[in-house]
Amino acid sequence: MIRVDNLSKSYDEVKAVKSINFELNDGEIVGFLGANGAGKSTTLKVMTGYLSPTRGNVHVNDLNILDNTHAIQKQIGYLPELNPLYGEMRVYDLLEFTGNIRNVTGKAFKTALARVIDQCGLKGVIHKSVSECSKGYKQRIGLACAMIHDPKILILDEPVTGLDPNQIVEIRNLIKDLGTEKLVLMSSHILQEIQATVNRIIIIHKGEIVADGTNEELMSGFRGNTKLTLEVKNAEDESIKGLTEKIPSLSLLDAEVKNGSQLLQLEYPKDQDPREALFKYAVDSNWVVTEMSPHSANLESIFRTLTMEDSAIA
Amino acid sequence: MRNVKTIYFKEMKSYFNSPMAYIFLVIFTVINGYFFTRTFFLFNQSDMRSLFNIVPLVYLFFIPAVTMSLIAREKNLGTMEVMSTLPLKDLDFVAGKFLAALSLVLTGLAITLVHFFTLTQVGTNIDYGAVFTGYLGLALAGAVYSAVGTFASSVTDNQVVAFIIGIFIVLIFFLMDKMLMFVPVSLTGIIQYLSVDYHLSNISRGVIDSRNLIYFGSVVGFFLFMTVRVLETRKWS
Repeated sequence: MIRVDNLSKSYDEVKAVKSINFELNDGEIVGFLGANGAGKSTTLKVMTGYLSPTRGNVHVNDLNILDNTHAIQKQIGYLPELNPLYGEMRVYDLLEFTGNIRNVTGKAFKTALARVIDQCGLKGVIHKSVSECSKGYKQRIGLACAMIHDPKILILDEPVTGLDPNQIVEIRNLIKDLGTEKLVLMSSHILQEIQATVNRIIIIHKGEIVADGTNEELMSGFRGNTKLTLEVKNAEDESIKGLTEKIPSLSLLDAEVKNGSQLLQLEYPKDQDPREALFKYAVDSNWVVTEMSPHSANLESIFRTLTMEDSAIA
Repeated sequence: MRNVKTIYFKEMKSYFNSPMAYIFLVIFTVINGYFFTRTFFLFNQSDMRSLFNIVPLVYLFFIPAVTMSLIAREKNLGTMEVMSTLPLKDLDFVAGKFLAALSLVLTGLAITLVHFFTLTQVGTNIDYGAVFTGYLGLALAGAVYSAVGTFASSVTDNQVVAFIIGIFIVLIFFLMDKMLMFVPVSLTGIIQYLSVDYHLSNISRGVIDSRNLIYFGSVVGFFLFMTVRVLETRKWS
């Protein structure tokens, strides 16, 4: 269990993290989402003991990071952003070196090595030097180093950045597997990645937490508009104009003619579903409806709304 | 201690898995060998003074080159972040790095023992005590310069800058007792005591004085302590 209490971190005059609070429980896969420079990496660096907090504290299973840095570091596996590795070392040597520092030696190391080779799929590269490995393998090597001591907590900073789609799926599946028995906190600014991997999302913006909940909770709590794509035949301009007068909750965003059909982009408040009225209007106007698809709020729209509010106001 | 050993062996592997160690050892041996043999047969004296005079000069440039990558490279690669988030004390990390650099320097010094064996073959009335203390002095000076170099490597993430800072500090320690004529008389005692060469020449004369040993130990300790402090500042940046 990790508890972050009123955590603040400033770099000289710049306040990177402003008094944030959250709690993470065992067995959760948590996505830490934010734009570049939002304070994600700084928070993770404080949680792993690389930086000291300016104010506040981080508790891991009742130990606090200020007084028990090494005891906490023993319980955490950390994959930093950009995954720095010693390129000149062989993969085996790097894992052995990390194991030695983490006091995983001898028989325990052999068992741990077999485990991480299997989990991270390193069989083919174990005797290669790190610099010879592809980016995907390097990411797995970084993960293997973070997991060599079988930590209860894994903190991964942008684990899929720079990987190709196949590699992303592989790493995602690995993280999902790990999440069944560990607490995994992963940061990312790739929304689809977070949505596909985690079961709880924390959104940070300008050093403050602006949302915290499951994907579904964020969707239901979001007060945005739902977009609707409507494709109809036999629609005259006049009847299209009359649509928004007849159903005031609808607003017309765009209308175009495509393959002899009218393609309308509409929008309505999330809690005023107009589809039934819309269908009746279409029947009354002799339209032939070939498509009616609502696009409910997704993580992207939530993220954009939460992280662009200030700039929109400004 | 286990972690010091782990860091030490990693660094040694890193030196010997790259051309670094071999280039250092070959050039170090060639330069020292050249200057030793150039005058050895000319002076026809059974001592190694010419070697003991040239090695401290060669140290000035070679030790900062050996140490420049120790920490600056970790900072540059970003691996410093990985190391800092492992349960590893900064002191263990620094000590392992320092000992690895010192080992490479001492290996270079050990190769010059070949000249000692030459001396034992061709020389007479050899003062073995002076040779021993001469080597001891060089080893201790090597330790001081390695500690300075380790410190220089910790203050920047650029290896060239670390090299230049290293040479600069090492030069100050080397030149201190040669600049005594420019300092007020009241300070000459202190400046002379701080100079590496002053203590080195004391030891090389065959006198092992605890003051000299305390000096070398203190300077090494001071620079390693400062290195640890520099590393700790990252937390509060």
